[in-house]
Amino acid sequence: MEAFVAAMIVAATPLLFAALGELVAERSGVLNLGVEGMMLVGAVCAFIVAKSTGSTAAGALAGAGAGLAMAALFALVALGFSANQAAAGLALTIFGGGLSGLLGRDYVGVPLPKPGPLFPASWAEAIPYGKAIFGHDAMVYLALASAVGIWWFLARARGGLKLRAAGDNAESGHALGLPVLRIRFLAVLFGGAMAGLGGAYLSLAYTPMWGEGMTAGRGWIALALVVFAGWRVGWVAAGAVLFAAVTQLQFYAQGWGWRAPSQFWAAAPYLATILALALLAGRRTAGSAPAALGRIFRPSS
Amino acid sequence: MIRLEPRAAPSKLMAMLSPLIAILLTLIAGALLFALLGQDPVEALRVYFLSPFDDAYMRAEVLVKAIPLALMGAGLAVCFRANVWNIGAAGQFTLGAIGAGAAALFIPAESPFAMLAVPLIAGALCGMAWAAIPAALRTRLSVNEILVSLMLTYVAALLLDWLVRGPWRNPRGFGFPQTNAFPEWAHVPLLVEGTRLHVGAFLAVAAAAGLWLMMSRTLRGLRLRVTGAAPRAARFAGFSAAGDVWFVLLLSGGLAGLAGALEATSIVGRLQPEIGAQAGFTAIIVAFLGRLNPLGALLGALVLAVSAIGGENAQILLRLPKNVAGVFQGMLLFFLLACDSLIAYRPRLVARRRA
Amino acid sequence: MTADPSPPSFSSAVSARRPLFEARGIVKRYGSFTANDHVDLTILPGERHALLGENGAGKSTFVKMIYGALQPTEGEFFWEGEPLRLSGPAEARRLGIGMAFQHFSVFEGLSALENVALALPPEPLAALDRRVREVSGDYGLPVDPSKPVHALSVGERQRVELLRCLLQNPRLLILDEPTSVLTPQEAETLFRALEKLSAEGCAILYISHRLEEVRALCSRATILRRGKVTAEVDPRATTARALAEAMVGAEILDVKRPSGDQPRGEEILQVERLSLPADGPFGVALKEISFSLRGGEILGVAGVAGEGQNEFMDALTGERRAPEAGMIRIAGVPAGRLDPTGRRRLGAAFAPEERNGHGAVGDAPLSEALFLTRRHEAGAMGAGGWLSRFWAAGETRRIRERFDVRAAGDDPPARSLSGGNLQKFLMGREIVRAPKLLIAAQPGWGVDAGAAAAIQSALRALADQGAAVLVVSQDLDEIFALADRIAVISRGRLSEAYPAVGMTPERVGLLMGAGHSSPEAAA
Repeated sequence: MEAFVAAMIVAATPLLFAALGELVAERSGVLNLGVEGMMLVGAVCAFIVAKSTGSTAAGALAGAGAGLAMAALFALVALGFSANQAAAGLALTIFGGGLSGLLGRDYVGVPLPKPGPLFPASWAEAIPYGKAIFGHDAMVYLALASAVGIWWFLARARGGLKLRAAGDNAESGHALGLPVLRIRFLAVLFGGAMAGLGGAYLSLAYTPMWGEGMTAGRGWIALALVVFAGWRVGWVAAGAVLFAAVTQLQFYAQGWGWRAPSQFWAAAPYLATILALALLAGRRTAGSAPAALGRIFRPSS
Repeated sequence: MIRLEPRAAPSKLMAMLSPLIAILLTLIAGALLFALLGQDPVEALRVYFLSPFDDAYMRAEVLVKAIPLALMGAGLAVCFRANVWNIGAAGQFTLGAIGAGAAALFIPAESPFAMLAVPLIAGALCGMAWAAIPAALRTRLSVNEILVSLMLTYVAALLLDWLVRGPWRNPRGFGFPQTNAFPEWAHVPLLVEGTRLHVGAFLAVAAAAGLWLMMSRTLRGLRLRVTGAAPRAARFAGFSAAGDVWFVLLLSGGLAGLAGALEATSIVGRLQPEIGAQAGFTAIIVAFLGRLNPLGALLGALVLAVSAIGGENAQILLRLPKNVAGVFQGMLLFFLLACDSLIAYRPRLVARRRA
Repeated sequence: MTADPSPPSFSSAVSARRPLFEARGIVKRYGSFTANDHVDLTILPGERHALLGENGAGKSTFVKMIYGALQPTEGEFFWEGEPLRLSGPAEARRLGIGMAFQHFSVFEGLSALENVALALPPEPLAALDRRVREVSGDYGLPVDPSKPVHALSVGERQRVELLRCLLQNPRLLILDEPTSVLTPQEAETLFRALEKLSAEGCAILYISHRLEEVRALCSRATILRRGKVTAEVDPRATTARALAEAMVGAEILDVKRPSGDQPRGEEILQVERLSLPADGPFGVALKEISFSLRGGEILGVAGVAGEGQNEFMDALTGERRAPEAGMIRIAGVPAGRLDPTGRRRLGAAFAPEERNGHGAVGDAPLSEALFLTRRHEAGAMGAGGWLSRFWAAGETRRIRERFDVRAAGDDPPARSLSGGNLQKFLMGREIVRAPKLLIAAQPGWGVDAGAAAAIQSALRALADQGAAVLVVSQDLDEIFALADRIAVISRGRLSEAYPAVGMTPERVGLLMGAGHSSPEAAA
């Protein structure tokens, strides 16, 4: 069971990165459906850089940078050219799928050493479930720290207030002199960097290797997480862990004697996403979407 | 710097030019990409976009590729017009193939139902059933159809995978995950001997033309357009929004199912894990390239089919990886969206204002 | 003012003090349309200056430039004699220019305190909370800062916006149509606060099209018509008629006042104990609305924004169904559960407030708009839902001729028409059917004076032919010009309908504010 919990936390990490990034972008009023594409490009760039430098940190940084660059492309089209956000996000996902396959074609199946745990092994042995708590690499804790940081930023910081204002009513924000488009641009870039980190975690630590389409819909699950977490940070974190548990079923269910075809367990996360969306949809207490989400805004001059 | 200013009325000229400009920009960006990959850009572009016209077989292959793209693209064009975002055409395509497969594999040859129309209809119905899930969730619980339809593509792929590795697997298939070959009666007749071009081409043209007429001349088309452009006006007119969501999802799901059924009963001739469902995503670009107009989708399907065949040729002739196609498609959609903003906005060069 | 080309009648008193703010020759063009045409305006420290004009005269455009939210095409601003170039609203606020918008620039998802904080330099929220409570006490503008704005009433939201301005210690405060959403009593509270503010030395630029208010509050008025300054006067020393003429030019029309003893036909619309829960967190619930309407009469439903008019309209049109069929009867038939088309078949016609996107689709041609409300008529559609273009073209032509709808081309998109012409078309679309019942929301909103008068007389003519007409409006002038009987909607309740002859704006105002006592108590 300890192994399952530990694996769950590891599996939650990429979802958490990506969903937190999307949460920030959506709170500023921008719906970026390109998470999957940004994660893939982040994953492949991270892998290539880590392989050639031997540094996981450099790889993670490259992943974040790649995600950010992808998000910049989206922002240019969706914000700069006022294009439909849903369509621009789909373009980003298609583009990212192709680009990552192209960049990573010489790296498929190449092995990479797993990054070691952040804390000394003695900590993990000192307490029950210590391995699930202290046994992870640095990126797991970075994801947790960023959840706390983003919560603080949105709830307490002035920048967070401006960001929420941009997502609530762009016209009012503009009338008040807020640089709405700039705020949204930055939020989208941040979301891209986080998605890139999520992808990087998959290729650097979770697997660790590169395979085409390796995100397997995690970007989309991250998008769903934001919706049923009601755009709240704490619920995103809880949801990520829950979903990670479902993704781990395919590895553990057989061992526990639960009988079903392997494809069923592989489909479980997608089915669980649909189920969760359906169950939480009726509940109006679950928080509400930013009022300006997905709406095109062009400042008048 | 360049600023975009709203136009008084949408520019008709830009609406025509935008796809052409986008294709041109994609070609330029593609040439740069090929140069980066160490290829001669001119030669690479030739292989990509002209080699599909080199001989009759290749030209027929373009049409073969265009059939599912046109069927799905026309359905999605109607769907997107109504502001319903079905992005799970790939899943509905897979279900269509499964439905056609079930009919082809399990209807005995002596049955009166052993005729080609049955697997095709079964496929369309299965695609509709798959699309009914997001429709029901959206109309009953207002669950976002984007996420549900997309999630269902993964589920569909795994369902097909399970079927062809498990219960429907051909025991004499030398360990390959595939079903028996479909019986003779369940094969789509060819249009031109010596090619793979089949009568599905007629269905694609008929679907696109029919949907175009529906959208431009009938009350159903009008209400879909009104629902998409101004939901309040649709309510005021007494159009039921739920009815529209059901209609467009079942329509696009049914067409995607039909495309999947055609693919299974013509090109592949059996079920296997890989049946070309990726076309469901390409169809999104087809719909946009065709200005969300069903007839336009027909043209869009041809353009993307050319690049798909060109991509296969490039894989063989230039050893270019197949992913270049995805890069191209993504770029094309990006350029298209950027150019489309020039329909509603006028670009103007202005002096940078001091801060 | 030497720069002023037109002779302002009261300029001699002005030149004594140095102006706080001055605009010279301001021009704002959008493409070929000139919103402001060489506008000059001077504001003295501590004065209450009105900017008067009809809807669409260019007032909002002009003040947005003063606030830095728009840039002028030509002309110059001066602040205390120095040339002023604003890069944006933030710079305007730094100088001491504050603005309260007509459509409030508040954020519904944020708390009142957060709304205020956004406009001010960073400071701890606890300290700001104290300051907000202090200032709101000083000026008599009570608001709970911790409440989310979507939970506040319209009047409270405006106070949030005002407090936001006041906390910046403005030297010039711009208010754009601030009373359009207030009850007369709430407006009084606002005027007291503004008088106190100007006594403290803050200049106020007050934008309005309501003459009485301006005469009560302001010592100087600049009047705009079609983007040009037509006069600068002392409103207290000028008659309302002179002000009105400067606003609307020679087009002023006396609309025939209803006599009050119209012949009454049979009951065409009966609404009985209609209740409807609020639609979402920002909606208003309708509570036990009952009234009836006879052929030949016009019922005016007055009320400020956000008191349930939209919900009332939605319930009458069928965009939202009533819980029971019998709650609404059209021509005697229970219609509460019918959709808009079903109600239209019974002879009802509707004209919503919002023309683009509700009454019609902005990008769609005019002829298509006919199918939204009249597709059930003979000849409109063939078998299988085929639309008759021939019918649509003929009807479009007929409406355009009869109602003098001016637009470029045979069948232009709705968006390309001016507000007045589009409204004439959409009203015409319903009136040429000769409906038994016409329900219109804000028929004169955003419409030029000429079109407004044409629409009013068309509505009156329809009633005279025996139809029942219901007009929902926030504009009391419009209500009084049209209605035979007047009812007031407030917090989702509808008052009894009283004969227009005995009503005054004051009594309507009391009905708007204090729930629903009888008019005797109100009088």
